[in-house]
Amino acid sequence: MQISLGPVPYYWPQEQLLAFYDDVADSPVDIVYLGEVVCAKRRSLTHEQWLNLGRRLRAAGKSVVFSSLALLEAGSELGQLKRIAANGEFPIEANDVAAVQLARGVPFIAGASLNIYNSRTLEVFTAQGMTRWVPPTELGRSALKALQTTRPNDVQTEVPVWGRMPLAWSARCYTARHHDLPKDSCEFRCLEHPDGLRLKTREDHDFLCLNGTQVQSWQRLNLLDRLPEISDLGVDVVRFSADHPAVLDLVTLTRQALDGNKASGLTMRLDAVPDSNSECCGYWLDQPGMTGQIAPS
Amino acid sequence: MTAMELVCPAGNLQGLKTAIDSGADAVYFGFRDATNARHFAGLNFSTENAVEGIDYAHNRGKRVFLAINTYPQPHNWSAWQNAVDQAADLGVDVLIVADTGVLDYACERWPDLTLHLSVQASATSAEAIAFYHERFGIRRAVLPRVLSLSQVQRVCADSPIEIEVFGFGSLCVMVEGRCLLSSHVTGKSPNSFGACSPGEFVRWTETPAGLESRLNGVLIDRYGPREHSGYPTICKGRYHVAGQTTYAMEQPVSLNSLPLLPELMRAGVAALKIEGRQRSPAYVRRVTRVLRSAIDACASDPKTFTPNDTWMSELAGLSEGSQTTLGAFSRYWQ
Repeated sequence: MQISLGPVPYYWPQEQLLAFYDDVADSPVDIVYLGEVVCAKRRSLTHEQWLNLGRRLRAAGKSVVFSSLALLEAGSELGQLKRIAANGEFPIEANDVAAVQLARGVPFIAGASLNIYNSRTLEVFTAQGMTRWVPPTELGRSALKALQTTRPNDVQTEVPVWGRMPLAWSARCYTARHHDLPKDSCEFRCLEHPDGLRLKTREDHDFLCLNGTQVQSWQRLNLLDRLPEISDLGVDVVRFSADHPAVLDLVTLTRQALDGNKASGLTMRLDAVPDSNSECCGYWLDQPGMTGQIAPS
Repeated sequence: MTAMELVCPAGNLQGLKTAIDSGADAVYFGFRDATNARHFAGLNFSTENAVEGIDYAHNRGKRVFLAINTYPQPHNWSAWQNAVDQAADLGVDVLIVADTGVLDYACERWPDLTLHLSVQASATSAEAIAFYHERFGIRRAVLPRVLSLSQVQRVCADSPIEIEVFGFGSLCVMVEGRCLLSSHVTGKSPNSFGACSPGEFVRWTETPAGLESRLNGVLIDRYGPREHSGYPTICKGRYHVAGQTTYAMEQPVSLNSLPLLPELMRAGVAALKIEGRQRSPAYVRRVTRVLRSAIDACASDPKTFTPNDTWMSELAGLSEGSQTTLGAFSRYWQ
């Protein structure tokens, strides 16, 4: 199986972003997704700088994909999507149907928010030029198993195995709301939250992560002890979310384990990652996503 | 100016008749299963009820829409396929669909059936709408409640087909069709099960700290003695965020677009939808009557239209937390 690295979901300043991708270039990641997927106002890199970064990573042997925004509202966001779709060098990850429409036959990867829940949908998007798909975040292993038996031959399947799960997107910005600012003049406060903004229940259980207009699970998905099972389902790519710099250490360990066929019973957690002792895996088991997470009373 | 079509919720046969009698141009309903996004106990239509309801509406010159607007998976695909076939047999005027595979099936098997794109398909741009229009011949799209007025105007101007927006009712603050908050906590989502915060997971407990609402054990809110309690939807709970205890996402509130009717009409919005198939016939009667009066007043003279105080207070009294908002329509959210 190949290893992919999803886009950085948070607003990291330019230096941090470039330093992170320097490390990515030296890591055993096979596929790198670049670009901004949450908020068009985050501009640590210009479109041209993103493309240059893509070229650098490609020169380092990585397969590079440009990801599109998951929620498109303003005309400027559509403009950004059109530029990404027309980049001419790299395939795109379509996170909204508008991206599929604009790709116009250019090969694309279907992101989780395209909501591919059944074989017929898989076939429709394959006919549009889809080369790989990521199942919806809530899709469990039994549905995936069924879909794997009917998927078109030339389509690859990519399954997220590590990182915070995207759960919702809104017109509202929750980070701006927290700082009592309107979204239009948010002062780029997401820069103050490079690990998101933790939302706890009133009993102090960690629950969600506010990330601008996106809501994520606070606990990170961890399916690394299930890689053999995932491989057995014929999954081609496993995805790590780039939501913490230490993810690359985990990628290295995973690559070693996969190459040495030592993936069986692999349990990997990183002290460098906050709350790594409280992860979740419920969706994979056809249970609530938070299972293995907070301990409600 | 042409009045916008008023599309009203029908949670059951009585609700359907009430909506028609109160001024609806069209009603929408669902079957008694997970194929629609209001899959709550005691709601929705058997085949016999559907036949009677469709007759009732058609005899009065009104249209009937059927919502098959959730996402089937391999193990239950056939239920959605059967629902589409049944809809064609029943002679509904419109099928409201979200799933790409279901659209593909309906379009191929029943080419004469009129298809509308459900809000659950999350189409927020003319480009997304064009995708569904070109492939499946959809004739109308319902916009998610995340766009500002100017964004709605732009979609209307660029869309190849009619646009429907939400006029009144409970407010999803997350883009519809992509919200997994309920699924994360209960395993059941609007997408796959057709319900947000399903009742079987809701618990109310009186404690020394106050009345607590929980969803599958997770504390969503705790109410003081004089506070009004609301249904525990995750996006409208109170939580701790960096030292603040607050409605971190949204307070309990309903969408009310009445003040914007002239702008929506001028933008070319074809239809206004009332949310609330889970509400009582009495609720549907009151909201439908207000919206009917407002739409007619606006159509006859959009330049001088202002929502009157009686309408606004009537709607506020029917709202979550007795509060209404323009939601994403207003600049405040942007």
